[in-house]
Amino acid sequence: MAIINGKNIENANGMSVSDYLDSLNYNSQRIAVELNGNILPKKNFKDTIISEADKIEIVAFVGGG
Amino acid sequence: MTYIDVTLNGKKISVPNSSKLFELTKYTEIDAETSNTDIVYVLNGYNADKNSELSENDSIVILKKGEMPDQTELEYMLTARNLPGIYEKIKNSCIGIAGLGGLGSNIALSLARIGIGKLIIADFDVVEPTNLNRQQYFINQLGKPKTAALKELISNANPYVTVIEHNTMLNPENCLSIFKDCDVICEAFDNPESKAWFAESILCNLSDTTLISSSGMAGLGSSNEILTKKISKRFYICGDLKSDAKELGGLMSPRVSICAGHQANIALEIIVNRNK
Repeated sequence: MAIINGKNIENANGMSVSDYLDSLNYNSQRIAVELNGNILPKKNFKDTIISEADKIEIVAFVGGG
Repeated sequence: MTYIDVTLNGKKISVPNSSKLFELTKYTEIDAETSNTDIVYVLNGYNADKNSELSENDSIVILKKGEMPDQTELEYMLTARNLPGIYEKIKNSCIGIAGLGGLGSNIALSLARIGIGKLIIADFDVVEPTNLNRQQYFINQLGKPKTAALKELISNANPYVTVIEHNTMLNPENCLSIFKDCDVICEAFDNPESKAWFAESILCNLSDTTLISSSGMAGLGSSNEILTKKISKRFYICGDLKSDAKELGGLMSPRVSICAGHQANIALEIIVNRNK
């Protein structure tokens, strides 16, 4: 089971990163995604398929500074 | 007689073994008749009021209250209350600050005050009246580029910090050449899209750099919800991760400064623990 933001996620296996993000209504322009400790460039969201052993961190940014 | 080496006002000197702190006043320019209540003694980072016996490698500052020390002593005195033993690491470090608003101006001054060796600061904007509710600038700086205004403030706080300024709009390409020599970069943008591309660009391309991003410091909200979160080895994020400035319609000094303090503090920790 993939671990996404620290939680075991059952239904993510086999989905592309971009489909997973869409399913949770993330705005892809406002996030950074780390896959197994490395940043995943946005251009790879579509072609990257989430697998069993993956550990993913989705960092969603809000405005202000 | 045996001697011990100590540092007095930035200079190494040898003093007789079992010398006491107050006796070292005779090695300074301070008049021997001066009352101890008019003298500041700092021993190993701590204000001392006891006439303690000194040990090898003690670091001592002695100055007369209200008097301007000479230039060679000033740099040492400015950071005399820092944690002892970290001077070299701080002095040899380079920290980048992307965006010089409420977060960036506070991070920069905080790090300048502890004597960071080099700060690389970047922003395209000028100081506006609407900035002053949270940014470190002053009325007499309105209309000035933020880079120049901040450089001025830094040199008033600690003139021994090297400041490299880039008065330019950052983008995913130019940020790499601007910040390539930084040990740590603090992202201090306002705009969430910019925060996102900056993280991707820096973390994909600058493999020796740690990034400290920011997200969520608007509105009222609890101080204690603002956190430093480690995402991975080279990626941290500070903020409450939810309080959006556009949604809440306000950014104010107390909460923004807390987030900036988190960013500056984790930057310092990374610098000090490097190669440990």
